[in-house]
Amino acid sequence: MQQTPMSPKVGLFVTCLVDMFRPEIGFATVKLLERAGCTVEVPETQTCCGQPAFNSGDNRTTREIAISTIKAFDGYQYVVGPSGSCIGMLHHYPELFDEADPWHRRALDLKARAYEISSFLVDIIGLEGLEARFSGTVTYHDSCSGLRELGIKAQPRQLLGQVEGLELNEMNESETCCGFGGTFCVKYPDISNRMVGNKTANIAASGADTLVGGDLGCLLNMAGKLKREGHDVETRHLVEILAGMCDTPAIAEPSDDRTRLAREL
Amino acid sequence: MQINSPQFKQRAHEALDDANLQRALGNLKAGFPHKRAQAVARMPEFDALRDQGRDLKNHILEHLDLYLEQFEGKVIENGGHVHWCRTSDDACRTILDICRQVDARTVTKGKSMVSEEIDLNDYLQKHGIRPVETDLGEYILQLRGDHPSHIIAPAIHLNLEDVSEAFHQHHQRPKSDDPAVLMREAREMLRKQFVAADVGITGANFLVAETGSTIIVTNEGNGDLTQTLPKTHIVVTSIEKVVPTLEDMSLFLRLLARSATGQEFTVYNTLSTGPRRPDDQDGPENFHVVLVDNGRSDMVGSQFQDMLRCIRCSACMNHCPVYGAIGGHSYGWVYPGPMGSVLTPQMIGIEQAALLPNASTFCGKCEEVCPVRIPLPKLMRHWREKEFEKHLTPRTVRYGLGGWSFFARRPALYRLLSRVSNQALRMLAGRKGRINRLPMAGGWTDWRDMPAPTGKTFMQQWKDKQRTNGEDNA
Repeated sequence: MQQTPMSPKVGLFVTCLVDMFRPEIGFATVKLLERAGCTVEVPETQTCCGQPAFNSGDNRTTREIAISTIKAFDGYQYVVGPSGSCIGMLHHYPELFDEADPWHRRALDLKARAYEISSFLVDIIGLEGLEARFSGTVTYHDSCSGLRELGIKAQPRQLLGQVEGLELNEMNESETCCGFGGTFCVKYPDISNRMVGNKTANIAASGADTLVGGDLGCLLNMAGKLKREGHDVETRHLVEILAGMCDTPAIAEPSDDRTRLAREL
Repeated sequence: MQINSPQFKQRAHEALDDANLQRALGNLKAGFPHKRAQAVARMPEFDALRDQGRDLKNHILEHLDLYLEQFEGKVIENGGHVHWCRTSDDACRTILDICRQVDARTVTKGKSMVSEEIDLNDYLQKHGIRPVETDLGEYILQLRGDHPSHIIAPAIHLNLEDVSEAFHQHHQRPKSDDPAVLMREAREMLRKQFVAADVGITGANFLVAETGSTIIVTNEGNGDLTQTLPKTHIVVTSIEKVVPTLEDMSLFLRLLARSATGQEFTVYNTLSTGPRRPDDQDGPENFHVVLVDNGRSDMVGSQFQDMLRCIRCSACMNHCPVYGAIGGHSYGWVYPGPMGSVLTPQMIGIEQAALLPNASTFCGKCEEVCPVRIPLPKLMRHWREKEFEKHLTPRTVRYGLGGWSFFARRPALYRLLSRVSNQALRMLAGRKGRINRLPMAGGWTDWRDMPAPTGKTFMQQWKDKQRTNGEDNA
């Protein structure tokens, strides 16, 4: 196990979807990191990890975004984000540069410091005694990038196991893709729909009342489908449960945001 | 075979609505992956074997010329012939020439995807030679004028009724839906063909350089009759199938059977080493190996070289959620699924196959189960890079990406864009917390709701919080 100094300085990689759709996930991540003894900062110059460009074959744009991300997170002992997919993308950065290119070395350096939140809490911090409560049955979806690029499988379950009152009911095919796939879901919408339909059937069959996962893209997809199909299963990001921040409406549930929006405008 | 890959989207759409196909695909999903998982669980050293398989294939590809020449030398030494064919046309012409030399009318065929790749049946028929498929699945397809939708289970897209109907029509026998009866019927019909055939054509799973042998693996035994009964045996295969030794071959046989069908070993593993020798009980008088290149040697040394490790087990398609949803015919050419999405652009051109490497969520399941650890998502991404360079990426995607990347490279503007989009989506959602219909985003909202943002962006809220904390501390 790696040695962790008393108060490691962590740069939070917010991710685009969390920034735009569900800031609660960002705050829950900060809360967990602080509880784990980290000092958390949010570099202002971060944008997107570049995955849409990378997966569309636009390597020049991806490189530019990678360079700006590497710069944004310079000097942090760790870079942590609430998404296996986006952190997995950070792990792809070294592939973008020739080995002779100085950015290759810096990309490797970033890769070595970049962790998805559940893996950071378990593998680096060794977090025990979470002191969270949740009453209900949850089922966990293993998002593909986290699972296959970063090896995240046991960590979220280990952490959920520390939550008092929570029961985990595994669904069938929890490791099968939900059909989100970034731009895939709009490029091949009917195939994506079939995949997410298979997923919601497995979720419903699990009997759980809450779907939990570690990637907001997949969660938006599955929650959107669950609601369209009229299921009353709720959807939450893992960190909301771990941080005990489930007092706000779950993903895609009605909210009183209208009044807040009116104040903003 | 006609190329239908440009119609991928339309074909996939129809496949999703085809109830019979969906029923057939359900059987596939429940079958192969489950059996593979059990076979792997019974073999603790499976992952170590996969590493060995990958490393050995890499070694072979580094010395492909050497092993192929060694193989050729041994085949000749054994009394056989080797024909090097750069293109599909070369290969078809060579095979036709051999058939004509022996005045062949009927040829029996064992299952061979390379023969599909070069469109051999069509070619032979056009030149007056009748090819008869002897693999049960291929035989059914031939009766129906159909093509394989899967590389090891070619008729996986059909149900029992389809087979029963095809047999009833072509065999002039009473209709039966008893698989045992149908099987017996096919056996009777094929038995006559095996005996009548002038030439037997098979593929090869591997070519063994040290002995000059070719091997096919089947579960039906049809390959044995195809290659031992006729006077001439033609092996049509491709250059990447060569392995140095019999020992190496056995490593791949162990990987292949488990990855493909979950068997410890395929039922029939049949080696052919040259024509019949004086003391042999049976075997062909003439033995030919037709080595097809068809773009493969261009892959050596390219960023697609890893694809040449493929041993055609089909694990990638058996486990692919996209293949599982739409079946093999949607891909529009010979090789479907993830392996096909890498191979097809090489063989028919990326212009025609552009949709295939995009038909993946990059979930990575294919790479996870590949017995020789081919990084299939990475190779599909390399094709997307080629498409982007050649401006084949659809204009909407290009423009969308261009606009987005303009902002993504400018943090302050990106903040602004996120804020505006965030507010617009919240406005549309109202109290519901989700959006049922969003113009320009029909791809999403036709099928599922779009969850709305729950408040200001994280970056805004974080800033607000820092400000309040600062004031508190002051």
